[in-house]
Amino acid sequence: MSDFELKYQPYGIRSILIEWPPEISEKILNDILIFKEAIKNNYTKQIVEVNHGYNSILVTYDVAINNIYSCFSELKACYSELNGSIKLKSSHWNIPVCYDEKFGLDLRFLSEEKNLSIDAIIECHSKPIYSVYFTGFLPGFLYLGGLDDRLFQPRRSDPRLSVEKGSVAIGGQQTGIYPCDSPGGWHIIGKTPISLFDPTKNTPCFAKAGDKISFQPVNLEEFEHLKKEIENGTYELEKLNL
Amino acid sequence: MIKVLRSGLLSTIQDQGRLGFQIYGVPISGVMDSYSANLANLLLGNDENAAVMEITLIGPRLLFNSPTSLVLTGADLSPSLNENSIDLNTIHQVQIGDVLSFGPLKKGIRAYMAVKGGFTAPMIMKSRSMYANITNVAVLKSGDELQIESSNSVIHIKNASIKMRNNHFDEIVLDAYIGPEFDNLDDSVKHLLGSSIFTISNDHNRMGYRLEELVPNEMNQLLTSPVLPGTVQLTPSGRIIILMRDAQTTGGYPRILQLADNAMNILSQKKTGDQIRFKLMKTPI
Repeated sequence: MSDFELKYQPYGIRSILIEWPPEISEKILNDILIFKEAIKNNYTKQIVEVNHGYNSILVTYDVAINNIYSCFSELKACYSELNGSIKLKSSHWNIPVCYDEKFGLDLRFLSEEKNLSIDAIIECHSKPIYSVYFTGFLPGFLYLGGLDDRLFQPRRSDPRLSVEKGSVAIGGQQTGIYPCDSPGGWHIIGKTPISLFDPTKNTPCFAKAGDKISFQPVNLEEFEHLKKEIENGTYELEKLNL
Repeated sequence: MIKVLRSGLLSTIQDQGRLGFQIYGVPISGVMDSYSANLANLLLGNDENAAVMEITLIGPRLLFNSPTSLVLTGADLSPSLNENSIDLNTIHQVQIGDVLSFGPLKKGIRAYMAVKGGFTAPMIMKSRSMYANITNVAVLKSGDELQIESSNSVIHIKNASIKMRNNHFDEIVLDAYIGPEFDNLDDSVKHLLGSSIFTISNDHNRMGYRLEELVPNEMNQLLTSPVLPGTVQLTPSGRIIILMRDAQTTGGYPRILQLADNAMNILSQKKTGDQIRFKLMKTPI
């Protein structure tokens, strides 16, 4: 069984917020994901959305909650029956990133700031296996855990008005990929040719919470080649064995 | 079909929103003032989720290439059909070649136009609500052609009209449930929140409304956690941000209040300089 002390609270009249201790950890992520799965399977009719963050789940019902205490006890009972040691199915995606300075607009700045060569930055960024915690901020924007602490860098004080789709960036203790053109305050270190969000697909984003991500450095020429393959629909993203 | 001759300031197609896709980071979207939008659909006998046009501050100029029935609700933007002014909250029959236009803003800021059967804009992720990077069209532009259910049938409810709630535009009190982080506020701030008058800043849109007055904030930021339309956030600088229908799905600022549904409708008709007050409530149990 799962053994965290959870906090249950109402959030407006249709939602319940469930919170874990305020930490970013793989253990909490796994606990959240198995609890989410159980909630979705047990209450398919009354519940319209089960969203989550680093240490929280938000359960939204389709109508106003009639008796919050009975909802709390149902959810608590559901949690107490979980087998906290099970692992959900997940995938490991290998995402090509071109760290050329053509795309990595802030590589030079980071190199000076962190006292690391550009090659060392690329190495630090492409070596770890990152965990997907959840999606938020923009459609298809993955919150990733696992950034090397040598790359931690506060956000830009003057956010760019436009960051290109596919840009790979560092903000604070996080790294991420901009799924669409957007204003943004993170430091851009590269670009991926792959698309993180397609609203016309049943599963609009290939990666989900609990999946692993790694970044595969590619040069400019390979980037252009991959871009063509993606445009022609002949490209298939590499899925590694977990 | 309806042709957009001039787009107005911000005209979009909206329905009740995109539920069930927040896990992909997709905002809920949907009509800002669902009270007014629902009235328009109700008068025409439309499905509650029929897509309507949401018109903001400055209205569009529209040419009808199919006959239909229409209803305008919400803000009063001095609508005219073929240059003759027409009433809100009642059914109008339109013929091919008719032109709908708008004039000065008299009351509120968001008007709704429903047509018989609704707009048949593309359904993406179970909703026709326009949103950048989800739907191909995010905002209507001049030259756009809008598909509608064609309707030759005359609606037989003679003189059907609905009286809007009187205080929908004048109400300044917003019902707000205490939010998940409310209890972390100092007592003096809790008191301030429930008793002060706040002013809408010039930073307000479909994503959120920022208020002018700052309140002291000693709270830490959160680990990023889900938020909802209607969530009232407090930033480290003491700025109050009320999230609206196009809000992001997660956030890191303390969630001090959660607006009741109708408070969101009332707020959606407020503009820069308008005043509001929160009525703090516990969630009913």
